[in-house]
Amino acid sequence: MKDVRVIGVGNAACGDDGAGLAVAAALADRALPKVAILRSDGDGAELMQMWAGAARAYVVDAVRGAGPPGRVHRLAAGSPGLSARLGPGSSHQFGLAEAVELARALGSLPAELIVFGIEGRRFAPGTGLSPEVAAAVPRVAWRVLAEIRAAQPVRRPRRGGGRPS
Amino acid sequence: MSEPGSGDSRRITVDLLTRVEGEGALTLRTRGGELESCELRIFEPPRFFEAFLVGRHWTEAPDITARICGICPVAYQMSACHAMEAMAGVRIDGPLRDLRRLLYCGEWIESHGLHVGMLQLPDFLGYPDAIAMARDHPELVRTTLRLKQTGNRVMRTLGGREIHPVNVRLGGFYRLPARADLQALVPELEWALDAARGLAERIAELEFPDFHQDYELVALVHPDEYPFNEGRLVSTAGIDVPVGRYDEVLVEHQSPHSTALHTATARGTPVLMGPLARYALNHERLTPLARETAARIGLGAVVDNPFRAICVRLVEIVFACEEALRILRGTVSADQAAVPVPLRAGTGCGATEAPRGLCYHRYRVDADGLITEAKIVAPTSVNQARIEADLRALLAGELSRPDDELRFLCERAIRNYDPCISCATHFLDLRVERS
Repeated sequence: MKDVRVIGVGNAACGDDGAGLAVAAALADRALPKVAILRSDGDGAELMQMWAGAARAYVVDAVRGAGPPGRVHRLAAGSPGLSARLGPGSSHQFGLAEAVELARALGSLPAELIVFGIEGRRFAPGTGLSPEVAAAVPRVAWRVLAEIRAAQPVRRPRRGGGRPS
Repeated sequence: MSEPGSGDSRRITVDLLTRVEGEGALTLRTRGGELESCELRIFEPPRFFEAFLVGRHWTEAPDITARICGICPVAYQMSACHAMEAMAGVRIDGPLRDLRRLLYCGEWIESHGLHVGMLQLPDFLGYPDAIAMARDHPELVRTTLRLKQTGNRVMRTLGGREIHPVNVRLGGFYRLPARADLQALVPELEWALDAARGLAERIAELEFPDFHQDYELVALVHPDEYPFNEGRLVSTAGIDVPVGRYDEVLVEHQSPHSTALHTATARGTPVLMGPLARYALNHERLTPLARETAARIGLGAVVDNPFRAICVRLVEIVFACEEALRILRGTVSADQAAVPVPLRAGTGCGATEAPRGLCYHRYRVDADGLITEAKIVAPTSVNQARIEADLRALLAGELSRPDDELRFLCERAIRNYDPCISCATHFLDLRVERS
């Protein structure tokens, strides 16, 4: 799979929980050749599979309890305390925070894993994105894109030629 | 936390049980060094599923009940289908029956894999959680995670997705999986079969607390196979009835400290469902390698030590992989995705074996095809009383231990049953008594 991955996490049926998926959809429209756009319901084991082997991964998910609706948090998985800040999203399965820590323990965390959290307002089924979160979606898509471009080129030297990197 | 009480009484609470599905707590009260009460408090909010099934069309039951659980949705879909098909007088045979078993294999592999590796194994190896365990035993965590993913893949192939599958309907499936997609499961299941056998041997060498209980074990029993979807309701103390007579032999009652109903036999005995029960009542009908694994790791005809349930779960993973491979290597193509299930008003009952034990559904449907009554009994609800009885027995000789040790012992004991608290909750009229 591609070196750079963007993983939108959430459930589109549960209001602002669809934020991560909306960002993934916005980026999928851009047809980025070197970037895999993936969608997940947040199952930790699946997330670990999705970012396995990636050089860089961006995970976008809805969060709550850390600011006004629509606020965007950027958390680097390399920084300590990420899991404490994310906390367990569910007691029914292991989610993003646990997946990051488990991947770290297993040595399978990408060199760079950035979590963008979008502060949600409502998570009830069938309510759709709140205006604040809907407004944040293109902003986060832009920021992810800007980070991907800033980190480019991810060129590898071709055999028998190619520029030294 | 522990609160000093008057005299030598102690109150020990585990405010939030970890590494279980859903939200529950435990309160112990002791007086004079004796255990006064032991209550597994389930405070997961009531779910109202039985109430909001009323008025819905009978064909919707598999999709609505699949939402009860993200870990074992297949159990709910299958019990709902079988209840409705029993009411209609339709039997599912041949390849469609096999494909349903295959779907169920996926759920057992996924659920048991998760429980063995992520929820229960840290207790045996002395870690607070799987993340801490992964630093010292990365291969154990990788193996169990891959087992879980293998089961998820089987569910996704047949069910459309692994959480709350959408492809199950009365009479069969909405769409048959492509033959190539089914065959693509074979190599991963072959790996899983070997991995589970190896893991069983490794885990059987761990140290198990010397704790034995005389259980009344309840499971489905089928004459020819280890049960998933079909069988009689049988207990080790003499219950042996068709599933349609469930309500005569197992009775629900409310307990004020839990939002999940308790169950006892008509004689008032708490019962245990799940791996220990299925194994005791069906081990002769395990597939060859599962039987060999059980013998190799020293499981007798009955496992009466709940701490060894982890071993039985591994034997069941071996079984599920073997059974899945048998199905995939046989004729898996069906002529049609589903057989017609005509509406016949009445009452239908169905029970199937969820990873945690028998899951019972009963529906009454009117002439318009609308559900007028629904009853759903999750195995964790049934097991609650037995879990409390185990805790009382386990704690009897241990009360002099410090609170932290008691708390860990209780949590560990509760995790033996892999309780799915979110499945178990029903609405409860709570009565508060004040004196």
